[in-house]
Amino acid sequence: MKYCGDRLVRGLLLASLVTLGACATAPQTGEEKTALKAGDPSLQHWLLPDTPPYPEDNKPTAERVALGKQLFFDPRLSRHGNMSCASCHSPMFGWSDGLPTARGHNGMLLGRASPTVINTAYNSIQMWDGRKKDLEDQAIGPMEASVEMNSDFDRMFAFLSTNKGYRDAFEKAYPDEGVSKETIAKAIASYERTIISNDSPFDRWVKGDEKAMSEQQVRGFKIFIDPAKGNCAICHSAPNFTDDGFHNLGLASSAGEDADPGRFAHKPIRILKGAFKTPTLRDVALTAPYFHDGSAETLMDVVEHYAIGGVVKENLSPNIRKLNLTRSDKEDLVAFMEALTTEHEPVALPVLPLE
Amino acid sequence: MNHTKTILSTVAAVFLFSGLAGAAEYEVTQKNKTFSVKELTIKVGDTVKFTNEDDFFHNVFSLSDLKTFDLGSYPKGEFKSVTFDKAGEVEVECAIHPSMLMTINIK
Ligand SMILES: [Cu+2]
Repeated sequence: MKYCGDRLVRGLLLASLVTLGACATAPQTGEEKTALKAGDPSLQHWLLPDTPPYPEDNKPTAERVALGKQLFFDPRLSRHGNMSCASCHSPMFGWSDGLPTARGHNGMLLGRASPTVINTAYNSIQMWDGRKKDLEDQAIGPMEASVEMNSDFDRMFAFLSTNKGYRDAFEKAYPDEGVSKETIAKAIASYERTIISNDSPFDRWVKGDEKAMSEQQVRGFKIFIDPAKGNCAICHSAPNFTDDGFHNLGLASSAGEDADPGRFAHKPIRILKGAFKTPTLRDVALTAPYFHDGSAETLMDVVEHYAIGGVVKENLSPNIRKLNLTRSDKEDLVAFMEALTTEHEPVALPVLPLE
Repeated sequence: MNHTKTILSTVAAVFLFSGLAGAAEYEVTQKNKTFSVKELTIKVGDTVKFTNEDDFFHNVFSLSDLKTFDLGSYPKGEFKSVTFDKAGEVEVECAIHPSMLMTINIK
């Protein structure tokens, strides 16, 4: 099987054709082969690993997670001492803010919705427009942004390295690495890697608990993965309900010259105009409103948007088309998405070191 | 299951034919959100055909200095070809799925 690999590229014509034939008979991975039975082997690719991946130089430890949690909730990292990561990514709102689009420095209205932190640890690319690679890369972004936390880094470093609690915490978490943007980012990323949703009724159903989802929710899942019905899994794919890809959904806000270019600002390829990253749907019932512009108030609004095949057709993702869904199909889909919520332990807020 | 996928994803860039002039055509497939090969070495004048074998749309583009192209996005079973006329290295990507990357070395 290995010789289906590139080694044969320069091989004999005949050999190549034989190889092609052999490879073409391999099984398809289409969702239509999924058996809708709790615990079925065909469903297991929907389960997320318990531990998300992490970079080699930032293995999560209890000290790193604890420091990251303090930093995440500490408003003193912002210029005015009034905004923390949690201002926009609050556990009270599914690690988002409940607003259509975020409010930043001095209450400034920002252009995009605060994405949830949930399961970003499993993403291979971060931000609505993918401009950050991983959580370490992302964590400092809002502090650097003048419209967000607008941090004064000289003052922040002075504060973190003279405050005894933080100085000790940094020394324990990152011995000899000091207080820097790198260590701040690494600690916050370590904490974010603990913000996980992977034990929802859907997960328990996949693992074999047939009572975990209602009949309606199972019907909703069927519609979700059926290319001829909801066709949702084409982008919201297993296991994290995202393809880590970029799509233009034909939202009303995507019309006109001043429309948010999305991914196109970073990769000037035509189909990326107005394209944004597919968000996870895990815990989605906790993170209303929806879409990158916050234009959908409810999950039913989201389903209705896809059912009509988007509003603005210009540069619309080819994965999106008018869907043939009845009212009860739509209700089933919403019920299924509600089965993606993990029941979390309440988040205990950290006590922040005063001196 | 994942095992099968991994093996499948290594399906070769198939060497299709070699014309009298010596220019060859290669096929690179897109399956399970990966290009079938990470690297491909070809000769100046050779053509690479990019075939989508996934149930969803893929794109093929390059913004490399040596060659810039955007083949748009197309569904399963369809392909588009690019002829490489200068020696050097070209990075090929899918705009929809940024983890899809490959390099073509043109000798
Ligand atoms: Cu792709």
